[in-house]
Amino acid sequence: MNFDWLAGEAGDIGNFFAWHAALSVIPVVAALVMALPIGWLVKQSGVLRPALLGIAGLLYTIPSLALFVLLPLVLGTQILDPLNVVVALTLYTLALLVRTVCDGLDAVSADVLQAANAMGYRRFSRFFRVELPLAVPVIGAGLRVAVVSNVSIVSIAALIGTPQLGALFTEGLELHFLTPILTGIILCVALAVSLDGLVIFLTRQLTRWQPRS
Amino acid sequence: MISWITNPQHWTGSDAIPLLIGQHLAYSAVALAIAVLIGFPIGLYVGHTRRGVVMVAGTANALRALPSLGLIVLLVILFGPVFASDLAFLIPCVIVLVLLAVPPIMTNTYAGIAAVDPAAVDAARGMGYSSLGVLLHVELPCALPLIFSGLRSATLQVISTATIAAYVSLGGLGRLIIDGLAQRDYFEMVAGAVLVGALTLVVDLLIALASRFTLSRGLMR
Repeated sequence: MNFDWLAGEAGDIGNFFAWHAALSVIPVVAALVMALPIGWLVKQSGVLRPALLGIAGLLYTIPSLALFVLLPLVLGTQILDPLNVVVALTLYTLALLVRTVCDGLDAVSADVLQAANAMGYRRFSRFFRVELPLAVPVIGAGLRVAVVSNVSIVSIAALIGTPQLGALFTEGLELHFLTPILTGIILCVALAVSLDGLVIFLTRQLTRWQPRS
Repeated sequence: MISWITNPQHWTGSDAIPLLIGQHLAYSAVALAIAVLIGFPIGLYVGHTRRGVVMVAGTANALRALPSLGLIVLLVILFGPVFASDLAFLIPCVIVLVLLAVPPIMTNTYAGIAAVDPAAVDAARGMGYSSLGVLLHVELPCALPLIFSGLRSATLQVISTATIAAYVSLGGLGRLIIDGLAQRDYFEMVAGAVLVGALTLVVDLLIALASRFTLSRGLMR
């Protein structure tokens, strides 16, 4: 490690880190907001359900680099626009979370739903006050996978030139210089671990009703 | 984009489309084979004995957090002086692809075996199956659906990430994306992206078919 170089570049690296965090987190929040109603609809869709989940699975098979390249065609953006990365990751996360939300809602037992009905909950309030809180552990587990893999996928966007920690990898290869590469890897892992920890913390806060072992 | 793909110039020479597809599949197949050799036995062992569950889950999570691009670049620089010619690029890529593919194969094999109905396992024991017999004739066939889904997600990730190999001057369909970007030839990039997407879809379909033919009919009910 060359610490003089690190000190000199600290400003840029901090900037990359902030971009990387934003590019990883914004898609997860956006996808979660969309996945809740979509997951609920898919759960209700009965016969169509395997087909709908299959389409979500297909979305996940498109390689990230390919999606970064193809989105400008659809969105009319420039190839270097960070929006491509945000939209691509939102699509991936959405594909993952729709299935998770669906599974989470499935895990709510029929007895609980009947009890809620008997207590006078209407559909809407039953969803937000009974089903969703009970689905939080499963959705939280899906979110953990999503944030951690997003951090890794974001760094690939460096190949098409969006500013984030991945830029340290391309720079390191061009200069044949290990310090930026190691710094990038360490910061990526640190970001992934802290976002993972944040999701665990939030899941715990939202599931205080669960008995702690 | 269509005219780019159908242009006969792009079907011959060192950047011919069939050659790039072949390279892409070759890197992916080698990496997957190695990953299965590593991940499958570990998953079987952990699932059967329930020893080392925490370690398997922890390793899988830690590997998922590693940025694959950073790892490839790091290994290329470290191995550059050690190996001659293309091996200096090939070995780092294969190592990273293996690291990507091992966690889903390992955790799904473990989870599949661990989720087998204990009553079926007890019945097999009662009928006099040895420990190995239980594993091979009862647990493994029952765990196949989950094992296949692990293999499937490993394959998709490997094919997807193999596009990055082009960045460190290897072949594969990523070549078109990286070269297209360098030459500002957007149609070449799009052609590369579409071909990679199509390749993953075809391979995904083949695995789905393979799983349909190998699964025990008793599990389909």
